[in-house]
Parts: sequence; structure tokens; C-alpha cells
Amino acid sequence: MQTYLPRKTSEGSRQQTGGRDQLSEPPVVVFTQNGKGKARNVGDLVFKNLTLFFAAVVFSLVFLMAYEMYKGSNLSIAKFGWKFLWTSVWDPVRGDFGALPYVYGTIVSSLVALAIALPLSVGVAIFLAELSPDWLEKPVSFLVELLAAIPSIVYGIWGMFVLVPIVRSSIGPFLTKYLGFIPLFTGAPYGFSMLAAGIILAIMILPIITSISRDVMAAIPNAQREAALALGATKWETTKIVLSNAKSGIAGATLLGLGRALGETMAVTLVIGNISRISIHLLDPGYSMASVIANEFTEATSDLYLSSLIEVGLLLFGVTIILNAIARVIVWSVTKRFAS
Amino acid sequence: MTKGSNAGVDRWRKFKNAFMIGLSVLSALVVIAPLFVIFGYTLSRGIGSVNLDFFIHMPKPVGETGGGMANAIVGSLMMVGIGGLIGLPIGIIAGVYLAEFGKNPFGAAVRFMSDVLSGIPSIVVGIVAYVIVVIPMKHFSGFAGSVALAILMIPTVTRTTEEMILLVPHSLREASLALGVPSWKTTIRVILPVATKGITTGVLLAIARAAGETAPLLFTALGNRFWSTSLNQPMASLTVFIYDYSKAPFTDWNNQAWAAAFVLICIVFLVNILFRLVTRSRYGIGNT
Repeated sequence: MQTYLPRKTSEGSRQQTGGRDQLSEPPVVVFTQNGKGKARNVGDLVFKNLTLFFAAVVFSLVFLMAYEMYKGSNLSIAKFGWKFLWTSVWDPVRGDFGALPYVYGTIVSSLVALAIALPLSVGVAIFLAELSPDWLEKPVSFLVELLAAIPSIVYGIWGMFVLVPIVRSSIGPFLTKYLGFIPLFTGAPYGFSMLAAGIILAIMILPIITSISRDVMAAIPNAQREAALALGATKWETTKIVLSNAKSGIAGATLLGLGRALGETMAVTLVIGNISRISIHLLDPGYSMASVIANEFTEATSDLYLSSLIEVGLLLFGVTIILNAIARVIVWSVTKRFAS
Repeated sequence: MTKGSNAGVDRWRKFKNAFMIGLSVLSALVVIAPLFVIFGYTLSRGIGSVNLDFFIHMPKPVGETGGGMANAIVGSLMMVGIGGLIGLPIGIIAGVYLAEFGKNPFGAAVRFMSDVLSGIPSIVVGIVAYVIVVIPMKHFSGFAGSVALAILMIPTVTRTTEEMILLVPHSLREASLALGVPSWKTTIRVILPVATKGITTGVLLAIARAAGETAPLLFTALGNRFWSTSLNQPMASLTVFIYDYSKAPFTDWNNQAWAAAFVLICIVFLVNILFRLVTRSRYGIGNT
């Protein structure tokens, strides 16, 4: 029975295609149907439709969620319209809401996270896909995946008790001293800052960018590497060729990482400082969309207040859905191109 | 081109090669370091407060030291359990559909949607649970938390189930069908039992992930300092306890937060290692 098992080429290509790479394609089956293309058995029909129903539930969940959130934020959408996005007054007493500081804090901390995580992730992906021997690749990938398994509240508490003091006592003063002439790298000396949020987010999104980049690179045919090596290219020059083929896939991985960073709540809430203001300085505290929901949702006393918070969630929902959809399509098309 | 310049270029290329390889190895070390740093720190801060009291006692009132998180542990177990009862069947059966009948555009669409669902921030799922459960019920409840966790479990379970079923050797299906067993019975009696080990670990993975969620519980289950096992009432959970206790100005509470974080991280790591072990042996199929 083992002879029928597909030989695994790499875990990556298998995951990308949901196990449907060519090697695991089953042999032709002619037994299931009686030649007329119709299910022969009532049980088959029932079984198929039953499973179909649950698949339809999974399919429709995203739409249901979108509808419920739209309904929930109706009040605020009707009252503020697009103004919600670019005003920065958040005044529950007067019933005036604008989400700009939260949008800003979310984007800045996520971009900081990407700036840190992307080079590191690609470095690790190169290590895993191109350099490391098999016996080293598996444990290292596993450790990177474990990093993704740590609950975000644990990242949060670690960030608050360990990272924030480090930012306060070392990273912050260091940046201010040597890069202080750039306004970006100055700010308040609290430690609780958009920079701290960016660093913790970077650690959290490293695994997803790494594993998808590695998968995409592993999907690139070996002929490319062999051709380069045969022409006398060094390992790095070969890797550059692989990278140039994999770059759109890595871009997709980056978008997935960005989507994860934008919506991360607990870790960010505990380290970003939760002060609603727009500041160019990374060392200043800020606020994020997810954090404001987490902090104020239970305190929302008026319907409009609640509706505004739901609208912030709806924004987050819309952006992450779009990012995820684009990223999945990119990654899928890249791996598919090289699989065929 | 002279020989000398060629040698210079070669030396430069070799240097660059070594340098970039060095950077790549270094980045691997830098990326893995946080795992050990975070685990080590959680261990050192948390282990001291993990004792029998932690598991069997209730939280003490503000100002008194000691006490435990018995209600939070029970609350987490209940919400994850009820969430599993709702979410897991949906995920598993949808996964069966994808593996058995999913080679069509609708199957691709479900797969896509399930992937998209897994990328939605958990706080957003919390809002949805608030809108569909808390608002109609007019109060926070453990059940609302369970609904949020159920939604979060679905995508993981759907995709793992599909993958595990697809890895069952095709010869088994052929043998069963050749004996005249109908297709649906083949799936239920032959294919699923073989894939059970893999699916179970996938389920455990989803459960472990749900147990570590905080954001969707903040305004659905809310949290509760008292003993409550009623799904109709606000319910305590380990993760919300960590959140509240880590922000508290008392060292004793902070220590308990670390203890809870340590317990949580251990559960998650154990399940992940188990998943790895099971899936490594040909994804749960083979020497069974």
C-alpha cells in the first residue's frame, strides 16, 4: 500500500496546492459511477449534498460576517461617510468620530514590522530553500512555525515586560543618538511606542512570510539552478536567479504578513501606548484600529459610539480580505506556473 | 581581459557569495532567537507561580495575594469545548466535501474563502459574534465567546481535513469500491478511519489556537472574577485573565499572568509537536 503513496517532493508544494500536485493525483477511477455520470446510490446523493451544505456554510461565512458588520456600522457610515477616514476627532461625549489616528498608527506600526521582517524572512527562506541540508531544514522550519503558534497575548505580555523596557533603555536612546537627525527616529522616552509595536509585530509575521517565501522558492524548478551552476555561477548568484523568479511570490507572502500585522490586537494593545495622536516620530506612543476596538468596545455607551467602533472593525475586515485575496491569487499563480 | 583582473573579479564574487550566505545563516539565527528568548522568559517568570493553588483556587480579592485561576481554566475549557462542538463538525464535513467532490470551481471557491477566512483578524470575529449573539441576548455570555472561537476554528480544520483525506492511499478506495461498496460508505467506513489520526491532530491544532485567542473574547465572554459555568453569563478565560493581570499594578497578579502564559504556551507547543510527529510519519497514514 505504500507504493501508492505519492512521494513527497517538498512539503511546500503540497501545502500550496492543497495536496493536489501532480504527483499525488490519483490514478483514474472508473468505479464510482455507472457510466452515465450520475450517482448510482441514494446514499451517495444524500452524502454529497450534506457535505455540500457544510461547504456552502464555510463559503458563505465571510459574506455573512461582512453583512452583519455593515449592518452594525450603518449608523456611523450614514452620519460620517468618508469623513470618518480622515478626521481625527474621537469624542464620545459630543458624538463625533474620526478614525484617522488609529488608521495611521496601524499603518505605521505595520510598515515598521514589514521593514524589519521582510529582509529577515527572505534571508531565512534562502537559508531553508537553497542552503541548508535536509536534516537542518526540517527542525529550523519547525522552530519558525512554532513562533507562529505562540498566542498573541503571550507576545503582548512579553512585549510589555521585556521589549518595552529594552526600547526605553537601549534601542530608543541609541536611535536618537545616532539617527536622531532623522525625525523618524526620535520621540518620547516611554518605551511604549509605535516602534515597540512594530518590533513585536515583526516577530509575529516572520513565520508566515518565511514559510510562504520558502515554499515559492522550493517550487522553482531545479533546472534553473543547475543551468546557473553549470555556467559557473556561485551559490549566491544562483540564488539571485531563483529570487528573481520567486519575487512575485515573495510579494504575495509580504501582503499576507501585512494583513496579519494590520489586524493584530493583543500584542499591539499592550505595547503601543494607546494614545490617540498622529506623530511622525516612531518612538512616540500611538494607537491602532484593533487596539481601539479592544479597549473601548465594552465602554461604548451610545449606539453611535458602538457603530463607529464596528465601522473601524469593518475597515479592518475589508482591508485584510482584499490583501488576503490578492496575496492568495499571487502565490497560487506563481506556484502553479512552476508546477506545470 | 587580463588574467589578473579575472582573478580579482573571482575573488570579489567569492567574497560576495560568502558574505550573502553568512547573512542568510545569521538571519536564521536571529529569527529563531525570539522563540527561545520568549519561552525561556515565560518559563522563568511563570514556573514559580504554577502550583496546585493555581489550578484549583479562585482569584483572590484585590489586595490579597495568592489564589488561582480555577474559574478561568474551566471557562476556557468550556468555551473552547462548545466552540469546538459548533465549529469542528462544520469544518470537518466541509473538508470532506473538498477532498471528495471539490475538484470543481465551487470547491476552489470554498478553498479560497476558507483561506481568506483564516486571514481575518480575530478581533473582527469578536465583533461579529457580538453583533449576532450579544446584541440579541442583550448581555455578554460565554456562548458568544464560543461562537467567536467556533468561527476561528473552521478554516484550519477545513483545510487540514481535506489534506489528510487526500493523503489516504487511493488503492484503499479502489479496493472498497471494487467490492461493490457505495461511494459514501467507502468514504465513511474506509477513508475517514484511515485519516482519523491526521484529522484529530488537525482538530487539536485548531483547538490549541482557539484556546490562545484573547481578542474575540474581550467583548463576547467579557471575563468574570467569580465562579460561573453558565453559558448564559459572562465567563472567565485564561487569556483574558492574562490580559487583565498583566496590566494590573500588583506584582503578585503579574506573576499569575506569567504563570497562565506559561501554561498556555506549554499546551500550544505540546500540540504542535504532537501534530509534527503524527504528520511526519506519512501524515498519519502508514504504520497503523
